[in-house]
Amino acid sequence: MSDSVLLDVQGVSKYFGGLQANDDISFQVKRGEIVSVIGPNGAGKSTLFGCVTGFHRVDKGRVLFKGQDITNRKPHTIARLGVVRTFQIVQVISDMTILENVMTGGFLRRTRVEDVRRKAEEILAFTGLVEKLSYNALELTISDKKRLEVSMALAMDPELLMLDESMAGLTPVELRQIIELIRKVRAGAVTVVVVEHVMEAVMELSDRVIVLNSGRKIMEGTPREVVADPEVKRAYLGERYSAVSQ
Amino acid sequence: MLIGLVYSLLAIGLTLIWGVMNVLNFAHGDFLMIGMFLSYWLYGLAGVDPMFSVPINAAALFLMGMLIYRFIIRKVMKGPPLAQLVVTFGVSIFLSNLAALIWTPDFRTIGHTLLSGTWDVSGIQLSIPKLVTAIGSVLTSICVFWFLRNTRTGKAILAVEMDREAALIMGINAERINSISFGIGSALTGVAGAMLSTYYYIYPFVGGTFGLICFCIVALGGFGSIEGAFIAGILVGVVETLGGYLLDPSYKLAIVFAMYLVTVWIRPQGLRGW
Amino acid sequence: MRDITGKQMVVTGAISTFLIVLPLVSSPFGQHVMILTFLFAMCGVAWNVMGGYAGMFSFGQAAFFGIGAYTSSFLLLTFHVSPWIGLAAGGIISSLLAAAIGYPCSNLRGHYFAIASIAFAEIVRIVFTNWQVVGAAEGLTIPMLKESLAHFMFHSSKLPYYYIILAFLLLAVAVCRWVASSKMGYYFRAIKESHEIAQVLGVDVVRYRLYAIMISAFLTSMAGTFYAQYILYIDPDSVMILPISVQIVLVAMLGGASTVLGPVIGACILVPLSEYSRAWLGYKGTGMDMIIYGTLITVISMYQPNGVWGAITTLIRRSK
Repeated sequence: MSDSVLLDVQGVSKYFGGLQANDDISFQVKRGEIVSVIGPNGAGKSTLFGCVTGFHRVDKGRVLFKGQDITNRKPHTIARLGVVRTFQIVQVISDMTILENVMTGGFLRRTRVEDVRRKAEEILAFTGLVEKLSYNALELTISDKKRLEVSMALAMDPELLMLDESMAGLTPVELRQIIELIRKVRAGAVTVVVVEHVMEAVMELSDRVIVLNSGRKIMEGTPREVVADPEVKRAYLGERYSAVSQ
Repeated sequence: MLIGLVYSLLAIGLTLIWGVMNVLNFAHGDFLMIGMFLSYWLYGLAGVDPMFSVPINAAALFLMGMLIYRFIIRKVMKGPPLAQLVVTFGVSIFLSNLAALIWTPDFRTIGHTLLSGTWDVSGIQLSIPKLVTAIGSVLTSICVFWFLRNTRTGKAILAVEMDREAALIMGINAERINSISFGIGSALTGVAGAMLSTYYYIYPFVGGTFGLICFCIVALGGFGSIEGAFIAGILVGVVETLGGYLLDPSYKLAIVFAMYLVTVWIRPQGLRGW
Repeated sequence: MRDITGKQMVVTGAISTFLIVLPLVSSPFGQHVMILTFLFAMCGVAWNVMGGYAGMFSFGQAAFFGIGAYTSSFLLLTFHVSPWIGLAAGGIISSLLAAAIGYPCSNLRGHYFAIASIAFAEIVRIVFTNWQVVGAAEGLTIPMLKESLAHFMFHSSKLPYYYIILAFLLLAVAVCRWVASSKMGYYFRAIKESHEIAQVLGVDVVRYRLYAIMISAFLTSMAGTFYAQYILYIDPDSVMILPISVQIVLVAMLGGASTVLGPVIGACILVPLSEYSRAWLGYKGTGMDMIIYGTLITVISMYQPNGVWGAITTLIRRSK
């Protein structure tokens, strides 16, 4: 296994009762990439994130991070090892200021409060929230909350950042800002995997795209390759429409 | 052991309130106490047999429940969860001490009623009041089941219990459902109170233990689950009685609490909860 | 060390002087009320560590209070161990018990946790009520020793007790303050928000919840030992009952849960109110004082659920 493979997902399957949410999914993420995971609703994307980051129990398969087996380890351990995720419905700590929210993430790697505060301020400058650092987290717009979530994640010095639908519900301007932010994050030596529905972001950002449908991986490739693939079209548009579009 | 069926009835009332509006009514036991006293005074002052006071109690407690919901609970529901937990403690302390003030803390019983005495069934002495209470509880529980499943309001209540937001979208008036549920939950304590008054000691602080046991039952059955509450009530009644035989009777309550703890550790959602 | 402004020093000085002088000019009953106030304030601050900050609403603190009282008293009676050692022993036992019960409850939140705490405390109470070794329902009477600090016992005046409990309270406040501004405090608040978000942030939720419970239990237990040495008689019905647990929660809630000084304010309002109303109205056993108490609880929950501290600080901020 080459040194540049950061995340190695091998044959991961997950059942919920009778439903197979993830079916034998395998892929690799190299250091420094931006990979997008796309697929219609219910394809199993968030479940996959949960399996990788320890929130769901993997029924079959393995997850390797930097060569180390992290399958089914506790979420906080995985976070400690360098894999950090965000949530589809944005989660921030409500009775804290923005600064305090980010500091909470910062305590992962630092102990002195002063160091943590400094790091948090740096991160907020990086993500463009620094003017609002004494705002209460609840006072933010959705877009800012998402940026806060990313800030909190960055304060943990992750090597792999997994963003679950950070683009949903954003205006075109906000979308642009998030895309820029993710580029900046990658430039800062953080590998990024995103789950996304917003196709323009996917096309612009991704080095590679993985397509899921009904729990299985149906295609993997560059954004161009994926968009042209007939099976992908069928998955999104359904039999009739994809036939017509051919 | 038959007391388990009364527990079930009380627990159904409590779990209904919980399921619909997420409120833990610490004063539930004290509502029961009010019901018991109501029957006591109806009997003492007007000669109404406790069994006939059942509908009166139900109506009175229903009203009381709705009023308490309207003027107290509703206000707290917009506040922090801690306040919601604490407010019903306040109501509980208020009610039990008010009762003590007005009626003194003395223990009372109702003397001979229509259905007194014991029934000799092949050597086993069955207390008639306890038997009637148990049967009455089961009948009332069945009525509640029927109501919830077969009337418009009942179904609306179940809908809100399952998914409040969806119910709201469907046009169900959640406020009204809240009031009615609190009312029904309280009415059930009135019914139980009327029946229990035929053989149980009536005093202002009788509600405390009942209330605590009810919580354990509701949690065991799964918060919000009516069937769960029913089954768990019977279970707790059995365990309590068995525990009383096997260990010292004063440990009965401890056993019920231990049951709750063990259940909640192994299966947090209870028997049937969601 | 951050700069302490001159204004803060004056205020601190004034309050300190006030606290030191107050008991000297009060009646014994007044001193008694103050002692109880600080006692409950201490318990409220201890509650806050797990309740206000970490979101674990415990309605079972009386268990730790009682275990603290019983441990030191039992050791004193049976083995003539100094109450101060008993204090530490009680604290350690309470913490360990707290961890033991807290661990399986690691996934419980909100109402489930609240009821679990009640269940636990009631089991403890029932066990102690039936346990002959510790006096069962009759309880324990603390032996009269010669008056001294080492004996943690004073007969001629309540003053030493007052200063001791004040010192305990300051210790509790210091601990809470330290927790609140440290990594632990941040992690507690993340846990309070949601276990998921805490986990994502790398917090070992189980471990930190245990920290919260153990700290809370230790401090509450210290208060229990003090109570035993002060009142000189304990039984399950006076130290392990639900109303004590509820009062502790109230004190924190009224003052402002999740603030360091909130419970102190809450105690200063609630305890004198209930003690004086009991003295004036409760003498006939009418329970009028309890009716008022119940009404007070209800009204506070309805109209000032976030506590007084928040209202006060807003006022101060506005007046600047």
